[in-house]
Amino acid sequence: MSEFFAMGGRGFYVWMSYGITALFMVVEVIALMRSKKTVLKRLARMVRVETRGHS
Amino acid sequence: MAFKNSIAWYYFSSPKSFYPLAGRLIPWFWGLSIILLVVGLYMSFFVAPTDYKQGESYRIMFIHVPAAWMSMLIYLVMAGYAIIGMAWKVRMAEMMASALAPTGAMFTFLALWTGAFWGKPTWGTYWVWDARLTSELILLFLYIGYISLQSAIDDPRRAARASALLAIVGVINLPVIYWSVTWWNTLHQGASVSPTMEPKMASVMLTAMMTMTFAFWMYTIAVVLMRVRRIVLERESQTTWVRALVGERVENSPAGEKQ
Repeated sequence: MSEFFAMGGRGFYVWMSYGITALFMVVEVIALMRSKKTVLKRLARMVRVETRGHS
Repeated sequence: MAFKNSIAWYYFSSPKSFYPLAGRLIPWFWGLSIILLVVGLYMSFFVAPTDYKQGESYRIMFIHVPAAWMSMLIYLVMAGYAIIGMAWKVRMAEMMASALAPTGAMFTFLALWTGAFWGKPTWGTYWVWDARLTSELILLFLYIGYISLQSAIDDPRRAARASALLAIVGVINLPVIYWSVTWWNTLHQGASVSPTMEPKMASVMLTAMMTMTFAFWMYTIAVVLMRVRRIVLERESQTTWVRALVGERVENSPAGEKQ
């Protein structure tokens, strides 16, 4: 197992590449899901304010 | 058939019909992407043998090359949408172009990053002003310029037109990146895989690399469809269908804010 992570002494370079790539891809998805929620919330507030205004 | 297709194109170029279609497609692209990633990573680490010259550090190739390919492909597709958006004033195409940019910038950065960490053990340096590396860095600046230009202009239509122009001019950089290793004989190695010749690597390695490329490709489509849906909601927020969609969500959640 530790032999696998050592990558023949090149572990630092291999895992810095794979690690940062994975991190970026995961963070992009999380950021997207959060920003969509924020947009929906803002729009919902807008709709609520407007319907209240009309009644 | 051609008639039917042209109707479909027209139909789905309207944000109102594209929004639910994208929503239905996203899970499929996620599924494909995850399956390909699992298979690709397994092949990259457990099936592909150790390289006789570079040892284990060559395994960075399995993400470096796909990321670099995606960085160029996304730019090409982005510029294509920018042209369609500009020439025919298709709002959906404008939105697709801006949805592609952040993911393109991310893959460009990752290509440079993984390249640096492959370069250190192989060439002895993280960075050189080699033609390939420099033109890829310019690609990153093009993406960043495109994104900042769009956020600097408030009116979405004017923002789309100005940034489309930048995207289209920047296409010049793509052939420079692609042929940089042939035109300038600097440090970066030449192409190991190209449409015109036999690949210069073991077929297991090639299969692993292609699997990772398709995984990144499916990931890109899933993420871009997610982002374009958010952009549609923002840009079409004044339309009745977005109002109705949001209104339903408000009604369905008793606490309102919670949804």
